[in-house]
Amino acid sequence: MALAALPVAVPVIAATLLAALKPFDPPRRLVLLTSIGTAAAVAVFSAILLARSGDETVLLWFGAWTPRDGVALGVSFAIDPLGAGAALLAGTLAVGALVFSIRYVDPSDDLFHALMLVFLAGMVGFALSGDLFNLFVFFELLSTSAFVLAGYQIERRAPLEGSLNFAIVNTVGSFLFLFGIALVYGRTGALNLAQIGQELARQPPDALVAVSFALLASALFVKAAIVPFHFWLADAYAVARTPVCILFAGVMSELGLYGIARIWWTGYSDALGHEGLRAILIGAGVLTALVGALMALAQTHLKRLLAFATISYLGLFLIGVGTLDSDGLAGAALFVAGDGFLKGTLFACVGIVQHRLGHVDERALQGRGREARLVAALFALAALGVASLPPFGSFLGKALLEHGASTVGYGWVTAVFIAVAILTGAALLRAAGCVFLGLGEVEEMEDESDVEEGEPAGETEPGRTPVVMALPAAGFLAAALAIGVIPGIADAAVRAADRFLDRGAYAGDVLFGGSESSSVPQPGLGPHWYDWLYAAISCAGALALAWVLLLRPAALRGARRPLAGLRALHSGHVGDYVAFAVAGAAVLGGLCAVTLT
Amino acid sequence: MSAPALVVAAWLLLVGLYGVVTSRNLVHLVLCLGVAQASTYVLLLAVGYRQGAQAPIFSDIPTSAPVVDPVVQALTLTDVVVEATVSALLLALAVQTRKRFGTVDPDEIGELHG
Repeated sequence: MALAALPVAVPVIAATLLAALKPFDPPRRLVLLTSIGTAAAVAVFSAILLARSGDETVLLWFGAWTPRDGVALGVSFAIDPLGAGAALLAGTLAVGALVFSIRYVDPSDDLFHALMLVFLAGMVGFALSGDLFNLFVFFELLSTSAFVLAGYQIERRAPLEGSLNFAIVNTVGSFLFLFGIALVYGRTGALNLAQIGQELARQPPDALVAVSFALLASALFVKAAIVPFHFWLADAYAVARTPVCILFAGVMSELGLYGIARIWWTGYSDALGHEGLRAILIGAGVLTALVGALMALAQTHLKRLLAFATISYLGLFLIGVGTLDSDGLAGAALFVAGDGFLKGTLFACVGIVQHRLGHVDERALQGRGREARLVAALFALAALGVASLPPFGSFLGKALLEHGASTVGYGWVTAVFIAVAILTGAALLRAAGCVFLGLGEVEEMEDESDVEEGEPAGETEPGRTPVVMALPAAGFLAAALAIGVIPGIADAAVRAADRFLDRGAYAGDVLFGGSESSSVPQPGLGPHWYDWLYAAISCAGALALAWVLLLRPAALRGARRPLAGLRALHSGHVGDYVAFAVAGAAVLGGLCAVTLT
Repeated sequence: MSAPALVVAAWLLLVGLYGVVTSRNLVHLVLCLGVAQASTYVLLLAVGYRQGAQAPIFSDIPTSAPVVDPVVQALTLTDVVVEATVSALLLALAVQTRKRFGTVDPDEIGELHG
């Protein structure tokens, strides 16, 4: 279907036009209209693909090189509801981010919008691709434009260093990805994911296949910021501009996890053992969730706090993917969408605070946000949503995910989910209490380097929230709510996840033009009574802990020392980050070789 | 795929990454990334190599002639292009680092931590 090419082709063409027009100094209005219109078009195309892919995989063979006798020489998009849903999330967040950027970005640098569109095209292409090497190409396209976007304000020190760390660690990740591709191509002679799956299913499992999967997974762990591959993320997200952060935290990192699930279920699921992988992924997810939550609690820089909250939730999503179960995957998908919009609201609120007050550090902002009641309300609601306040999408997704985890014998992860929701929610609510209510002790700034120098001022006078900034923040919150309340969305997600997990049906659709699905659709489950109880505990716990942090900080002083050790690991030194990533890849490779074969 | 090629590729990857981890100069670091990247070229080309086969250009050889796998060569070429882009970007960042921090030693730039 030719429509399938549009969500990638249109933004690339629009970006090229914007870049080509740059020397002629196009009117700013034209640039904004083009970029926002293009992002909206991507969202619409993705929504159409989401609807069309409900019954069978939507295929697009570039140049009409269709497979013969199960051998695919051509390159394809193979689109199912989860891939189209990821593209829709990216498109929607991009619309909001670009609207937010109307007042925010320096009017002179119009290449920013072209870069945002290339970045969007890379993410959408990654979500739709059915070919392992094309996954790599789109991975590189989105990564490289993300490096530039993170360091866009290159004349300042912090974005420069953040971008450098981001670029070097992620480039190492892409080498591992390519190394993995070469190994699996050497074994199967195929790059099409469906064909790789067919070839590997015929062979006995061996260590080389397991190592090739570990290399691919390591590269995607770097993108998804799974401990110990995560160090670059906080540096990059803390320094990027708000519209960029919205896309980074809302969808880019999550695409790494999508990539792992896609490669596993289409390529490796019939070749390697599930039990071992389940233990590895859930273990890594629990570690990431706890490290991210504790680090979030230790931050006073609001964007860095949000960055660690993002890492923490990526760990929770990985647990969902790692259940290797359709309920777990469906829950993770809804959780990602709900949480992506909540993160969009939170970053937009921080961006508004920064725009009005010129700072992003709690210690410099204490009580200065009292006037901004709307922003305070949006931020606090989103923070409670992160702590799984019903009926946000994060609540529904989490309930489904926990159900999936308990059916595969990992019911205990519920405790981790509650702990992480309390810690992360408390960190966010503490920040809200400090900035918007002026609560807490005034703490001296230890070093001035944490003070943000302020992003380029907007056109309005400070002290008022521009409508184009408030609108995306409120819109994202409404979207997060919608994901939790749309009737039948849990059923649809479980059906989509069932399809995603059915390797035979996918291979049949892609290679042989249609198949009988072997899976029986099961009704999705709504939240049970205990899910409401868990949510109540999470929200109450987050509020209570935030209250203690603000008003009785002495009670928790003893926790500072161990936390300082964890913080010291986040040294900002790129060599350390690469060393941790390489060590992580080695451990993952060893574990996979031993447990999956 | 021959074992010596795999060993060479793994060696290049490891020494390249060792250089990245221990580097005291960003330009040197970018070149070490290039060394690590070279491992993927070696591996890809080794994967597609056939003993006694020719280059897959059919203008002057019969179509029945044994040739090496052209797919991996296309992948390698793509890889080279990607690497060139990323290297250019990283070197530009290194130049900016010298301007803003007055050094290109990763040990001495430390705006972000904790």
